[in-house]
Amino acid sequence: MHNWDFAATLGDIDFLLLGLWNTLQVFGLALVFGIPLGLAIALGRMSRIPVLSQLCSFVIEFFRTTPPLVQLFWFFFALPILISVQMTPFVASVLTFSIQSSAFFAEIFRGGINSIDKGQWEAAKAIGMTRPVCLRRIILPQAVKRMIPAFAERSIELLKTTTLISTVSYADLMFQANELASKTFRPLEVYTVVAVMYFFLILVFSQLTILLEHRLARSGEGTLR
Amino acid sequence: MTPAVEIRDLHKSFGDLHVLKGIDLDVQQGEAVVLLGSSGSGKSTLLRCINFMEEPNDGRIRINGDLIGAERGGKMVYRENELCKLRTRVGMVFQHFNLFPHMTVLENVMEGQVVVLGRSKAEARDKALAQLARVGLEEKAPEYPSRLSGGQKQRVAIARALAMDPEVMLFDEVTSALDPELVGEVLKTMRQLAEEGMTMVCVTHEIGFAYHVANKVCFLQDGQILEQGEPHKVLKTPETSRVRDFLDGHSLFKLPD
Amino acid sequence: MQHTWNFASVFAYWDVLLIGLWGTVYLFVLTCVIGLAGGLVVGMLRYSKNGWISYPARLYVEVFRNTPVLVQIIWFFFALPVVIGVEVSAFMAAFLGITLNTIAFSAEVFRGGIQSIEREQWEAGKAIGMSYAKTMRRIILPQALKRMLPPLTSRGIEVFKMSTLASVVAYPETLQQAKLIASYEYNPIEAYTVVAIMFFLVLLPMVQLTYLLERRFGKSD
Ligand SMILES: Nc1ncnc2c1ncn2[C@@H]1O[C@H](COP(=O)(O)OP(=O)(O)O)[C@@H](O)[C@H]1O
Ligand SMILES: [Mg+2]
Repeated sequence: MHNWDFAATLGDIDFLLLGLWNTLQVFGLALVFGIPLGLAIALGRMSRIPVLSQLCSFVIEFFRTTPPLVQLFWFFFALPILISVQMTPFVASVLTFSIQSSAFFAEIFRGGINSIDKGQWEAAKAIGMTRPVCLRRIILPQAVKRMIPAFAERSIELLKTTTLISTVSYADLMFQANELASKTFRPLEVYTVVAVMYFFLILVFSQLTILLEHRLARSGEGTLR
Repeated sequence: MTPAVEIRDLHKSFGDLHVLKGIDLDVQQGEAVVLLGSSGSGKSTLLRCINFMEEPNDGRIRINGDLIGAERGGKMVYRENELCKLRTRVGMVFQHFNLFPHMTVLENVMEGQVVVLGRSKAEARDKALAQLARVGLEEKAPEYPSRLSGGQKQRVAIARALAMDPEVMLFDEVTSALDPELVGEVLKTMRQLAEEGMTMVCVTHEIGFAYHVANKVCFLQDGQILEQGEPHKVLKTPETSRVRDFLDGHSLFKLPD
Repeated sequence: MQHTWNFASVFAYWDVLLIGLWGTVYLFVLTCVIGLAGGLVVGMLRYSKNGWISYPARLYVEVFRNTPVLVQIIWFFFALPVVIGVEVSAFMAAFLGITLNTIAFSAEVFRGGIQSIEREQWEAGKAIGMSYAKTMRRIILPQALKRMLPPLTSRGIEVFKMSTLASVVAYPETLQQAKLIASYEYNPIEAYTVVAIMFFLVLLPMVQLTYLLERRFGKSD
């Protein structure tokens, strides 16, 4: 029977916390870029211009059907050769996850916008609103509320997917764990601690979104699932 | 006097379906016109063409003398900007209210004034409260629509349209989605508007309302106006058997002799 | 700098890629089939009214849904051997990680699907004298399965993509093989582009299928 010994792991917890911080940076930036980009792609897909709509559909399908690890390798190893730029693991990670999550967010936006009763568009149009104004003032505020559970689910998927960036040597939590495991020869303890860290990180995140959902539900009409 | 609404040879198709087949209709200022007709006869489509929720395929519409759209090669073309502006001049109330659920009653009535007409918040608020008082719902201003009854929602929807100071109001079966006991309060509000001299075009199945309030009744059949005239004439002594049959189907409403 | 595309340098290794594709499909089929079957079982346990049964099932689901698959795979590959004292192969680590994850996710789909059936259906079954098990099998599941089809198909797509994670422990699946080719030939652009297109071509019909299923079974019946 193995003797569990967490001393080495917990002694180097700073090392892991640095990794956690790096993970959160990529996660946060991917959300900051991915959500607006997702909205833009969703609007493009719903536009009445066929070329634009098809192009956006293609982008969505492509990034939903290709594995994130392949995308990451492509952006990290292939793109720099194509456009001859310096590519750091950090930039490649943020780029990959912003674009790939925007494809998923786009579908959530589209679903949310489509779920709003056509009567809302009609009423806004009838008091003289243009389509963009109606979208901004009437449709999106209602749609976003309904999308929160789907947003949360997707963001959690994104957070879990960020572990892939360890494979391009970005010092995220997973990468730091690998380093620490080989340094301390204590893989069991290190990986168990890291699994627990991810578990609680995701738990806290999902509880926060539930709180947000309740908060918003109390103002006016509730979220509809 | 220029009519508030002047419609000439209006045609509208959805794909192959020819819905409006040459409508001519004048609505004088301060007049209340009721459109009757069986389901699918094109009443809603006609109403929605008046504020260009649907763009007509052919014909001319003038609002207080202004021709909407520009003629190019015998066809009318419409710019989105022009239509948005027009819709502020022509208010519309829907069967299903379509209030904005994420805004309070007050915000619902202020929204168009602020965002579309560019009025100041303070001015819009005063106007909104005045219109809510007009429909008897001043005290509901801070509530969200989900807290209101159907009849109250519909009166808020009327206030929202009135707040834009429209020249014409359109009502599309505004009592059809209401519980029977709530119909009266909405009809009363509409009647009061008519008496105040608001120009109105109403689609309704309330024959009693048509009889007592309308200045003119039009009966639509297959996208054409089959009969039009004063209510006591069209409703009491219709010329065609079609209108007679339709009215017999509504015998629930006994008209006074 | 102008890059000259040279896909021949990838297709020269078509046999290497084929091995990878086989590895992907093999892993996918096993993880998917066992994952879905296990998910059905765990989903039913989770639905049970007995807390001693439903609570552990719930704990399992939460743990495996709320930790990254890659962490699970690495844990099985590096940490599990320490516990059991036996080497764990790359395949086994990937298989365990992805399967246990799929069980957790599909359990939630099954549970949600069963819960979405109106309670009147249960009562109707009871009223004509059916047992709980019989009602579940004859009345509830057939209806619930219809509603579960779209989310289960999406899960299948996710599992297929997840198989690439096995490359991290050097299991020879498609991406791992492409990595090899890229390191021999210094052609990462072509190698990874080919892999991306391969996945796109395989999964696009699946995505279209989910749209179709959503339209058919999504909202109402
Ligand atoms: N947006 C639309 N697209 C296609 N057909 C429509 C549309 N709106 C109305 N129609 C058709 O036009 C006809 C008239 O509809 P409508 O004006 O709503 O009738 P009414 O209000 O008198 O019941 C009906 O046959 C209806 O199906
Ligand atoms: Mg109608």
